[in-house]
Amino acid sequence: MRVNGVERPLPHDPRTLLSDHLRHNLRLTGTHVGCEHGVCGCCTVLLDGRPVRSCLLLAVQANGHEVTTIEGLAPAGGPLHPIQRAFHEAHALQCGFCTPGFVLAVKGFLDAHPNPSDAEIDEGISGNLCRCTGYANIRKAVKQAAAQAR
Amino acid sequence: MSTRWFGERVERREDDRLLRGAGRFTDDLHEGALEACFVRSPYAHARVVSIDATTALKAPGVHAVYTARDLPFGDRDLPLLIPHPALTNGRTQRCLAGETVRYAGEAVAFVVADNRYLAEDAADQVEVEYEPLPVAWPLETAAEDPANIAAELAQEAGDVTAALEQAPRRRKLRFRYERGAAAPMEARATWARWDAAERRLTMYDSTQSPTSIRGGLAVLFGLPESSVEVIAPDVGGGFGPKIMLFYPDELLTPFAAMQLGRPVKWTEDRREHFTAVNQERAQVHEVVVGYGEDGRLHALDVDFIHDAGAYTPYGIILPIITAGQIPGPYRVPNYRVRFRDVYTNATPTSPYRGAGRPHACFVMERALDTIARDVGLTRDEVRRRNLIQPDQFPYEVGVGWQDGNRAVYDSGNFPGLLEKALQNLGPRPPGENVGMGLGMYVEGTGVGPYEGAHVQVLVSGKVVASTAIPTQGQAHATVFAQLVADQLGVSPDDVTITTGDTRRFQWGVGTFASRAAVVAGNAMSVAAGMVAEKAKRIAAEHLEADPQDLELASGQVRVKGAPTRGLPLAAVAVLSNPVRYAFGGGTEAATQFTPKPRPGPPLPEGEQPGLEATGYFSPTGSAWASGCHAAWVRVDPKTFRLEILRYVVVHDCGRVINPTVLEGQIQGGVAQGIGGAFYERLAYDEQAQLRNASFMEFLMPYATEVPDLVIDHQETPSPLNPLGVKGAGEAGVIPVGAVIASAVEEALGVPITEMPLSPLRLFELSRGGS
Repeated sequence: MRVNGVERPLPHDPRTLLSDHLRHNLRLTGTHVGCEHGVCGCCTVLLDGRPVRSCLLLAVQANGHEVTTIEGLAPAGGPLHPIQRAFHEAHALQCGFCTPGFVLAVKGFLDAHPNPSDAEIDEGISGNLCRCTGYANIRKAVKQAAAQAR
Repeated sequence: MSTRWFGERVERREDDRLLRGAGRFTDDLHEGALEACFVRSPYAHARVVSIDATTALKAPGVHAVYTARDLPFGDRDLPLLIPHPALTNGRTQRCLAGETVRYAGEAVAFVVADNRYLAEDAADQVEVEYEPLPVAWPLETAAEDPANIAAELAQEAGDVTAALEQAPRRRKLRFRYERGAAAPMEARATWARWDAAERRLTMYDSTQSPTSIRGGLAVLFGLPESSVEVIAPDVGGGFGPKIMLFYPDELLTPFAAMQLGRPVKWTEDRREHFTAVNQERAQVHEVVVGYGEDGRLHALDVDFIHDAGAYTPYGIILPIITAGQIPGPYRVPNYRVRFRDVYTNATPTSPYRGAGRPHACFVMERALDTIARDVGLTRDEVRRRNLIQPDQFPYEVGVGWQDGNRAVYDSGNFPGLLEKALQNLGPRPPGENVGMGLGMYVEGTGVGPYEGAHVQVLVSGKVVASTAIPTQGQAHATVFAQLVADQLGVSPDDVTITTGDTRRFQWGVGTFASRAAVVAGNAMSVAAGMVAEKAKRIAAEHLEADPQDLELASGQVRVKGAPTRGLPLAAVAVLSNPVRYAFGGGTEAATQFTPKPRPGPPLPEGEQPGLEATGYFSPTGSAWASGCHAAWVRVDPKTFRLEILRYVVVHDCGRVINPTVLEGQIQGGVAQGIGGAFYERLAYDEQAQLRNASFMEFLMPYATEVPDLVIDHQETPSPLNPLGVKGAGEAGVIPVGAVIASAVEEALGVPITEMPLSPLRLFELSRGGS
């Protein structure tokens, strides 16, 4: 499997979840685990560019695929990705635990819906739970990122 | 030019690393740690007949299996954190249950293995034999058995019996509030390492009170506090339940690390979080309210039971807060409140955002809506007639408060909040099944005892500051930097804040009760002010000026009115520490052969080296925040779906440090309130088994359920602290249940006396069901 553009080994134990493989074996701890039953969206990564729940996939299922984690969205030390910047400017994060999953879900959403309506934005982010922000500023960030990309 | 940062919408300084996935949450640490998991009781109440770990110990990769009898402290009851004279039947948990389990999810054994997968495999092989015992559940049934009464407390202000007899009108009311869960997105986690050579214990813990955890570990393991380090790194939401002493892992990861000579970590999974982490909110209130034909309150008599859960480690703080907050912003001339704290065989309760207040607010606001209907007033008018007036502060409620003192409101303008909320609410939207919701609240915030802070200017001119309270998303790294920057005349970008790390600051209490900005914020400001004074003393010698004529601005200590006569703060930091050896960074200016501005010892008598100071703030009483929420809500009469058309919050938390951060707290609090009012219900069955311990069935709101709020502020500064601030963390959540109930009652025309609601419950109520 390729992770953030680099070929990485598969785990020895075939039952290893993709989320655990990323976090524990590859030490990419930006992918967070909030529920391990596919509801909260904290562990969202991109698989061949589309958002998936890494807690619902075995790592071996990513064999032959390209995985993008939050660490792969903006080069370390370089500027933030426009979606990350929009989250910052809109105050769309508080504790930051759900944030990597949200940012990648929004990346997948905006790639597929570059001109979203308000209702589509709500729908697009309604697979991710946030317990801090109450979502208003996340909506704002998505709108801002979409406007900027146009 | 001097800039004031207080009140500015300064962008958050903590975002960059969090956005890049470079945050550091406890489970992100590994460092070769062994990984642990728990064996937990499937029964709500049972005798533990036997535990056999023989097979589990032989399982692959297992290093240890601990049960109560394996622990030197295994037969010790854990501390009762907040004792109270009325808590005559207190009971605290043990680290691991060895004889009796009192709630489903109570920890029985701790398995340590090479990794979590192997630990869970082995945990399945720990054989525990239970003998089930009768279950105390639900709350009302449990309250019938005197053995289940942990505490009883009655308080009275005025003469309620007489006032009720004389009141022109009286109503008896009953209200029921069920349990809810804080459910932060990060469940709990601990990581511990024992350095045997240095005899030093280090623990990372997602706690809201690292200093208390450190104190407890030092006592338990017989170590000086200076040998125990507890760090709350990034914490993924707290909302109350992450402050507890002790969750069993907080003793067992350090214990196992000491025993096994390896770091040990434990990370809670979501399922166990639902039963292993404290919950809150279940109360049943019997109310008699007496009032006049004009809707004015004469007397309020409340008798309520509070669901303590299986143990009372947190004392009776929750019902004390409820009792103190029921009158809210209203004049209640005669008030009597009695509560009984009742043991049930469910997860223990301790504060969850709002902490006793949403239920208190629900009781008062529902009572006022009832009165309004009874005497033919609008809901806003009945409130207007009963509000405490701005010239009545300080206002004594007449009952006790959670800090051991009497409840006394320090300041506020409640009529102002109401009028502002109504203006913002606007006209009734068109259509059927629309209701208006209205709710007002006060919140005693910023309780003591104290917090402290350390502020230091480095020789680079940059500033580092630390405080003991940890952070779970409240932007402390930004707002505290604003406070320090104001005192030192620098930019918040030059100030780096560390929170929740006992290595950096060891004295303090924790993040709870909407107290961080009030107590730690003022301490930050005090400490930074002391540094500023010291900078003036040092610079005065070199500028040949009177310290009183100096000011700190633009990174300089300079003469007021003569900005060219000044020293950079960096140079003052160098001069603050007379050195023999110039170690770089400009320190040659402070060596012994440089010309001196004055005779005498290099370090003046009574002065300490370093441009730093430690300051504290200890409030005399709570700073009372307040607010008014108003909403237009539509309920679909067929599906009973809730549609919030407009939701207004007018909030008064005194002077506002950072409006962006404050509005974020309010929006998030209201979202949590909406969840607690209409979606989230902990569904226990008659055996006190939680039947919905997952996010599949415990429904937290997504973006589709939470509207953008209309937020407006009112500022009445608190006279009880120098910054004039009041806490804001919990406010958003407090009145939401009352507001939704009020709106739904009007929209559907059915009385609402309980929380939480749901489409199913509204369907039942609209069919006349109980």
